[in-house]
This record gives sequence, structure tokens and C-alpha cells, in this order.
Amino acid sequence: MTIDARGRDFAALNEAIRAAGGFCEVRGCVGQRFIAAGMSGCDIKIFGVPGNALGAYLNGGTIEVFGNAQDAVGDTMNSGSIIVHGSIGDTAGYAMRGGEIYVRGNAGYRAGIHMKAYQDKLPVMVIGGCAGSFIGEYLAGGIIAVFGLGEPGRPPVSNFPCTGMHGGKLYVRGACENIVFPKQVSARPAGDGDLEQISALAARYCGYFGGSAAEIMDSPFTVVTPDSRSPYKQMYVAD
Amino acid sequence: MKQLEGQIRIPSGCAISAVISTSGERMSGEGIIKSMIPMHDRSNGLGGGFAGYGIYPEYRDYFALHLFFDSRSARADCEKYLHDEVEVVKSERMPTRTTAEITDEPMIWRYFVTPLRSVLAERQQNENEFMARLVMHINACLDGCHVFSSGKNMGVFKAVGFPEDVGRFYRLDEYGAYSWTAHGRYPTNTPGWWGGAHPFSLLDFSVVHNGEISSYDANRRFIEMFGYKCTLQTDTEVITYIADYLVRRQGLTLEELASVIAAPFWSTIARAPEAEREKLTYLRTAFPSLLVTGPFSIVLGFSGGLMALNDRLKLRSMVVGEKGDRVFIASEESAIRAIEPDAENVWAPAGGEPVIVRVKEGRY
Repeated sequence: MTIDARGRDFAALNEAIRAAGGFCEVRGCVGQRFIAAGMSGCDIKIFGVPGNALGAYLNGGTIEVFGNAQDAVGDTMNSGSIIVHGSIGDTAGYAMRGGEIYVRGNAGYRAGIHMKAYQDKLPVMVIGGCAGSFIGEYLAGGIIAVFGLGEPGRPPVSNFPCTGMHGGKLYVRGACENIVFPKQVSARPAGDGDLEQISALAARYCGYFGGSAAEIMDSPFTVVTPDSRSPYKQMYVAD
Repeated sequence: MKQLEGQIRIPSGCAISAVISTSGERMSGEGIIKSMIPMHDRSNGLGGGFAGYGIYPEYRDYFALHLFFDSRSARADCEKYLHDEVEVVKSERMPTRTTAEITDEPMIWRYFVTPLRSVLAERQQNENEFMARLVMHINACLDGCHVFSSGKNMGVFKAVGFPEDVGRFYRLDEYGAYSWTAHGRYPTNTPGWWGGAHPFSLLDFSVVHNGEISSYDANRRFIEMFGYKCTLQTDTEVITYIADYLVRRQGLTLEELASVIAAPFWSTIARAPEAEREKLTYLRTAFPSLLVTGPFSIVLGFSGGLMALNDRLKLRSMVVGEKGDRVFIASEESAIRAIEPDAENVWAPAGGEPVIVRVKEGRY
């Protein structure tokens, strides 16, 4: 079923999506917030620009966006998949605790802020392009991977990556020679176990967006984890 | 008694949007109003406003003063003061449209004025300095009078209401501007009133702002030493005066202005190439009290251009897009798509990275 989003506010649009049982194509989207918030078992394809908090509290199912998405994609999502063929705004996956977010393009600031993992819940975020500053800020669990494809010369991650990280893993494609990580984390070349995991993510990424996983893997990778000997203290106040 | 800004705290966001034609083509206000509609829920109806540049070509050499008056007597007092200081070539009630959405409007007037040459000579001031002081005097000393726009060939239009309603109220569809900025307000900490709506303006600078400035008092104490009077007790006002002080009075470039108010962290400066490092260190050291902290995304309007800037930590969203000779800046991509579905090169500037767009020389 196709839903024309034009002229509907976020409440009316979400109502129409629920009335369709969560199986629909949304056309002409212009900034309506909270699309599919809290839904489970849905399959939604979105054309246009969905608004902030797309798939917030998503509890299963798939949302696919054929364009860009705005801020706070997958805020606190618990399960399911969000696939974005364009770029995304700031704070994607905020406090996400399960499911996956795949982005073909770039991510804004603070992607994966405070993601967490628990028992069988392991959230995954894969960014094909580059990410803004503060990726993985306060990361507590889960996996973030950044491939840095598409803009040669631009570092895959920007300033202050993993500030306040105390759990989880960040994978960055490349040796990260010019990237300054905080003292509280350890950045090192990815080992065999890591590469196996990254290779699975790359295969899934190419499944969604096309491209060659072998080409993505034809590069060194860096893995960043918290260093428990040097815990996070503070940043904002002293500087 | 109605409580004004500073007398009450309402804990609670904002929306900004801007468009500029780099070839100087005049655009009616309809587009900018349309761009605010998808962001309706970022505002709460307690403030909306617009700034248009290039809207008064027939009076381009005169300062256009837009004023709110609380009463007829306030207007009489203000007009008496104006006639002593400036030549008023035209005065008129602001054209508005009566709508159900906008109510309780103050008396809104506009005056096209030029300082009297004899007064300028006597005070040894240039006309910009003279007009800035005149605006400060009216806002601080004349009860019930508030100048909310004072530049040449530009104007601010603002009110309590949702931005799209405010735009219709002021008949912005009847103006033609080479650049527009817009704001929808969700007042943080303070209530909404007509003077407290954005843009905040002095001479031809205007600022629309989404965020909350935690350094407000430190900035205010510094800027008040140079004759600026922060009469509105709302944070954005101070950014306008900082821009006026650093650019008009100190002669800094817009890029330098950005490096002062959104200075990079010392750790980031330490890694910059030498020339850049020296410059950034100089600016942070010379104007430490003008570092603006806390979340902000702003668009600064000026004659012939716009500058967009985020705080250095980028705690507010902002996207930029373009199509042909048009450049769009907004809190959300949806606002850009609302007026230009085929916008290209949509990107998000980094925190502290100014985006400066100018109309081609000679085209405005």
C-alpha cells in the first residue's frame, strides 16, 4: 500500500502507517517525525525526507529510506533494521540497545552516542561514508563500523571519537594514523576475530547497497575499545 | 501584571531557515514561509520572525526603523525624539493583514530616516555609530518603544505566533528580497513576547538562533562595556551585538568572527598548521569573553550575504543545500526540500565551521 505523506502531519502519517498494518510505501515525506516509533513487525519504504527520530523505539521489522534521513535515527531502538540509502543527521542510534542501522552515506555528529548491549542484545551501526565528531560518545556497548567510502582524503571519523567510551567497539576502515583518540580508549589494528566480524558487516552492507565487500575489506582496519586502566573523567569543563 | 523576559523561567527548542540568491534575484517571502511549515513542531507559537534583505530599494540610502509601541503616547514621545535627531523622510503604519492567528499586536510603525549632518558633525560620529546609539537609547530609555529593525534596505518582521502565521500577518508575499532568514521560536527559559521573537537586529546585522547560550552573562558583561545595552534579557540579542562589535567596530572578517565566538578547543588549535594556529590563538586570547558556549545554530544576515554557524560542539542541527544560484540553510533538510525538492549538495557543516554565502558584487 502506498501512503502519500504530503499534507499530513506526523500524527496523521503515523496513524496511516499503523492503519496499513505497518506494511507500506510512504511517498512525498517532508520532515514528519517519529515515523514507525515503537512499531514492530513492520516493513516500511520511505521516499522523501523522513523527520527526526525515525524508528525511535523500533521493536522489530525494517525501515528503508531511499534518500537522506535527519537527526536521531533509531533513537533508543530495541530491535529491527533501519537502512538509509543517503546520509543521516546527528545523534543516530542514540541509546540504541538492539537491532541494526545501515547508512550508505555519511553520518553527522555523535553517531551511536550511548549505545549499549545486554545479554543477547547487540546493536550494530554501519556507516559507509564518513562520520562527524564525537562518534561513539559514551559508547557503552554494541558495534559501530565506519568505512569512509566516497570521499577520498577525508578522515573516516572526525574530532573526539569515542569520548567517554566505556564499552562496545568501534571499527574504522584505515590505519587511523592522523586521528587522535582520547587517552581513555585503546586504538589498535584489527585482529583476526575483528576482521571476521567486519567482513560479515561489509557483506551485509553490500547486500543492502551493492558494491564489493572484498574491496571494502582490502584495507587495514582499526579497532577501538575502552581502556579500563584509564577510565573516562571529563572533557567539557576543563577545556 | 504580564511577566516579561527575565521575570519568569519556562524550561522547555527552535527552527531556523534561510535562503539567498547569489545572483541577487528578488524572491517573495512565500518561499521562506513555506520552508518553515515542515518544522512547525519545533516552535510553540510563542515567537516567529523573518529578516529580508534588499526589500526597500526605493529607500536604499535610508535607515529603515521598525518599531513596536505600547501606546499612542509612547509613539508621540519617540517621534519627538526622532525629529530632534534624524530627518524622517517617510513614516507609516506597518502594512499588516488581519488574521485570526495573530492577536494582541502592539502598534507597529516604520520610519525611513537619515541622521542630520549637523548632528553627526557635532558628535563626531559616523552615521552607523550614530544610528546604533540611537537604537540603544530608544530601547533602553524610552518606555513602551522598541526598535526591532534598523538597517538599510533590509527589515525584520516578528511577532508572537507560529512563523508561517507571522509571515502572512506581515504580508511578506508582497516583498522581494535577495535573502531571507526565518525563525520559529520555542522559548527556553523565558516567555514569548513581540520584542523577544527573532531575528534580533542592529543596523544591517540580524541573527536567528536555535539553542541556548550558557555564556550569556559573561558575553553580556563584556559587550555592555562598549555601549551595547542588553535590554531584552534573552540570549540571542548578545550575538547580534558581538557581530556588530567585532565586524563593524573592530574590523574583523566574518571568518574571524566565527573563530572568536565558536573558537576551536585548545587541543584542536594545537594540531592546526602554524599560521592558522597563531591566528586562532590570537583571536581566542584577544576576545576570551566573546566565546559563546552552549548549543547554538545561527544564521547571521548582513547586507549582501548570510553566514551560518554552529557551536563548536555542534549541539544543534543545521544543513545546507543549493540549487542553481540559490543556497539554502535550515535546521532540517525537510525545510529545504519544502521549497526546493531538487536541492543538491545537501550537507551538514561541522561545528564551528562558518558557511558564508555572498551575493555577487554589484548584484544587490
